[in-house]
Amino acid sequence: MTDTESRLTIIEDGPISSVRFLDQNILEENSIQKIGAEILQLIDQAINPKLLMDFQNVEHLSSAALGTLITINNRIKEKGGQLRLVNINPQIYEVFAITKLDKLFKIYEDSDKACASFS
Amino acid sequence: MAEWVLKPMKQVTIASRASQARKAHDALMPEVAAAGYSGDSQFAIRLALDEALANAMFHGNGGDPTKNVLVEYEVNNESVYIKIQDEGHGFNPKIIPDPTLEENLCKPNGRGIMLMKAYMSKVSFDDMGRCVTLIKNRNCKRPVASYPTQQD
Repeated sequence: MTDTESRLTIIEDGPISSVRFLDQNILEENSIQKIGAEILQLIDQAINPKLLMDFQNVEHLSSAALGTLITINNRIKEKGGQLRLVNINPQIYEVFAITKLDKLFKIYEDSDKACASFS
Repeated sequence: MAEWVLKPMKQVTIASRASQARKAHDALMPEVAAAGYSGDSQFAIRLALDEALANAMFHGNGGDPTKNVLVEYEVNNESVYIKIQDEGHGFNPKIIPDPTLEENLCKPNGRGIMLMKAYMSKVSFDDMGRCVTLIKNRNCKRPVASYPTQQD
């Protein structure tokens, strides 16, 4: 992996931007910062960003990754946008539940339900 | 506990760089898997190890790559024992705010220690916060979806 290589797949579908992580483990400080910067740039380019983040490939994440998700959520709120999280496996979901971040984020089982929830 | 005291623990020393955490994973996690710990326990141990390493490297040692983190560990049939020591100035773990309180939910930092406590059987700090000890018992029922208090 080079420093310039993206660790995300981004698909634009009308007003909705879908982001999927390429890495199974979102742990290392450097890659978390890079992922965060790339997503924040995407948000800043939109007027009312509608962002869907797909965790299908993710098996481990750290509190630093949770922190970046919170920063992304805060930025989306500032811009009057909406964020949805999908395909979170039970072990990762438990991390959200323990930290009570399941109350902060809108989490859906799959992309169809998440897309339908955007207003 | 006596078994750990009598027997020298295995050691890994890593520099304070994010990429170095892998050395600790590669040393410890295969032993945990080989000892037959469940998938949930392996997830819990890896998560707590990552949080403790990140704290030691970036908060303790301030990300200074000339400062090391010493990881000592022992895996046996009953428990996994991990001790992580940094070279920083230390901190008081008792004054870390509860990140699950409503007023702290939108703050991006401050969840590492609570995650360690939620997922491990015992977490203790020594040497003015420069050393953290993590213990995961095989029969541990954690995680629990509530904030563990200091008395846990």
